[in-house]
Amino acid sequence: MSETLFSRKNMKLLSDPLNNSNPITVQVLGICSALAVTAQLKPSVVMAVSVMAVLAFANVIISLLRNTIPNRIRIIVQLVVIASLVILVDQVLKAYVYDVSKQLSVFVGLIITNCIIMGRLEAFALGNRPWPSFLDGLGNAAGYGVILIIVGFVRELFGSGSIYGFQIIPDSWYIANGGFYENNGMMILPPMALITVGIIIWVQRSRNRKLIED
Amino acid sequence: MENLINIFVKSIFIENMVFAYFLGMCSYLAVSKTVKTATGLGIAVIFVLGITVPVDYLLENYVLQEGALTWLSPSFAEVDLSFLSFIMFIAVIASMVQLVEMIVEKFAPVLYTQLGIFLPLIAVNCAILGGSLFMQQKAFVNIGEASAYGIGSGVGWFLAIVGIAAIREKIQYSNVPAPLRGLGITFIVTGLMGLAFMGFMGIKL
Repeated sequence: MSETLFSRKNMKLLSDPLNNSNPITVQVLGICSALAVTAQLKPSVVMAVSVMAVLAFANVIISLLRNTIPNRIRIIVQLVVIASLVILVDQVLKAYVYDVSKQLSVFVGLIITNCIIMGRLEAFALGNRPWPSFLDGLGNAAGYGVILIIVGFVRELFGSGSIYGFQIIPDSWYIANGGFYENNGMMILPPMALITVGIIIWVQRSRNRKLIED
Repeated sequence: MENLINIFVKSIFIENMVFAYFLGMCSYLAVSKTVKTATGLGIAVIFVLGITVPVDYLLENYVLQEGALTWLSPSFAEVDLSFLSFIMFIAVIASMVQLVEMIVEKFAPVLYTQLGIFLPLIAVNCAILGGSLFMQQKAFVNIGEASAYGIGSGVGWFLAIVGIAAIREKIQYSNVPAPLRGLGITFIVTGLMGLAFMGFMGIKL
């Protein structure tokens, strides 16, 4: 092999998706599940980890098979690989974190159709060796996870006054106890996830002006 | 009959695929630049959802569920294949999309060239798989209800994408702050549309 495992080019695969080519805010992939599970932080974290596992391993498997898959049926092959990995993840979640798995409901299954995964398989794993594909998978899943965790954090903090299930806003602050504070119930509703992501995009693009569309 | 209409209306407005569950957002954001292509994709989604949900319903009830195989032989009463449902559903969807693609290519070549790459991409539209997975969760009693749910969800998705496409066509003429232009404002507008759709929430059917 002509380059080392952690060469600069390989590290770039890992770090680029965090900002310049973030799957959610720049490539616009995998929005569906990103928004639906982020009402609280815990399911967001579980979702991010699940997607990371599926994406990294699907990338490696497809990259290993890339020279044997006939071009015409590659989508079906990719779907089968992804679906098998998702079934594994689903069974593991049901076994170890049953309550979160109930909360995520159909969205675990929807990892199959998460466009990030298909997108990375098509765009990267089909043309690259396994190790870079693995890093690319990790990097993209991390970029996805970061946004998920930010949105989950904001929505849980303002919507339920807690973080990761622990209450942050003191009880005495609430109006019910003679205080001045009230949770913003709207943050828990689905549309606020979209608006939160919209604002994240705004902040990111005003700091990183080359991403601006005209 | 009344029941079917209830399910149909409910899946369009109250449990709208886009605004209540964010399903199919990827193609929703990518294809909503003009009303014309949005309409084409919307119709294709109605069509595919209307076929795959009932087919997956039959699969769920006669193959996958615990005890579903008893019609083959009573000794299968304890077989539970439901862990296979993801892979079975996605296989049905992928083959249905292939079929729809061939039919459209044969009978409506104009529509086929208009839809282009979006037709095969329906296979990975989360709204389609989501429709089947929600159908599984809701445990409908017969195939009529499942079909009403499939078609209704498709119509809801169609309404959403045509609506956002129309707004995006108009928004071209307004002065949006540069970093928000394109994707950012689309997200925020979708959020506002979603808030409007939340207004249907309290309706009991």
